[in-house]
Amino acid sequence: MKYFRQFFLILAISFAGEILHMVLPLPVPASIYGLVLMLLALVTGIVKIEQVKDTAIFLIEIMPVMFIPAAVGLLDSWSVLRPTIVPVIVITVLTTIIVMVVTGRVTQNVIRKGREKEENE
Amino acid sequence: MNNFAGDTLFFGVVISLIGYEIGALLKRKLKLALFNPLLISIIFVMVVLSVGRIDYDSYYEGAKYLSYLLTPATVCLAVPLYEQLELLKKHKSAIVAGIISGVIASVGSVLLFAVIFHLNHEEYVTLLPKSITTAIGMGVSEELGGIVTITVAVIIITGVLGNMIAEVVCRVFHIEEPVAKGLALGTSAHAIGTARAMEMGEVEGAMSSLAIAVAGLLTVAAATVFANFY
Repeated sequence: MKYFRQFFLILAISFAGEILHMVLPLPVPASIYGLVLMLLALVTGIVKIEQVKDTAIFLIEIMPVMFIPAAVGLLDSWSVLRPTIVPVIVITVLTTIIVMVVTGRVTQNVIRKGREKEENE
Repeated sequence: MNNFAGDTLFFGVVISLIGYEIGALLKRKLKLALFNPLLISIIFVMVVLSVGRIDYDSYYEGAKYLSYLLTPATVCLAVPLYEQLELLKKHKSAIVAGIISGVIASVGSVLLFAVIFHLNHEEYVTLLPKSITTAIGMGVSEELGGIVTITVAVIIITGVLGNMIAEVVCRVFHIEEPVAKGLALGTSAHAIGTARAMEMGEVEGAMSSLAIAVAGLLTVAAATVFANFY
């Protein structure tokens, strides 16, 4: 019954997230409500980590393939994309790199500054 | 081929998985960042559909069950996040600084390129939510008067690209701290980037999961403000 319980808990929390998404007027998707609910359940001890962990590892491991159908669906958006494809691709590539570098470097600098300070004290 | 593909429930799932397996095999054998399993599987499925003259709807009839699991899988991201809660508390100022800078860099760089490429307002707001998870990004684009189909396409392209280039970008720009790598992936390339972060390590995966939620929600506010600037 181990996997049954785990799968059931995860789907029940997904469902609760879906309900919050329908009831609350915020631009938050069901999956993000579900993520927050699961985190709260774990922090408060309502759900123990062993009660969801194995199935969570399985779902997270196969997560990349869940994006394939939507990405293949880009074939159908081709006609809408085509007129502006060049600037859109250039902007997408450059902004993605910029965001990655800024986030990573700022985080790393703050972490390393904090560590230096600790060492000097 | 179309009838056959539409009649079977497992065709869509199986060709998606075959594509991913081929990509994983190529990556292992050739060790090139370009052979990203996700990218290879997407191209593989597109080629199979074109060659077999199978329309997307027949493929999706089976493949939709993969998409169906996306919400439960995202919910499960709370598990690695919970396991790294101590680390999160320890680095909270770095995490807050990193995600806020990333979100501002995202909307700021879209604004900059909108000016450079003379985009119109509609195209500009379409691109503003490009780095955040699809479900939030669609809502932002719609709210601001963007073209939702293009927003979705750009969000997916951003994710797959981020998933592909993360290792190279981190190496070139000397991003070495696992916390920094994870946040960089989640803030720039949402859930598809997080899938890559999970493969890098537990800390990277947890931080990337955190960034999907936090950067996603901050971008709602930032994009609404930035929509007035151009």
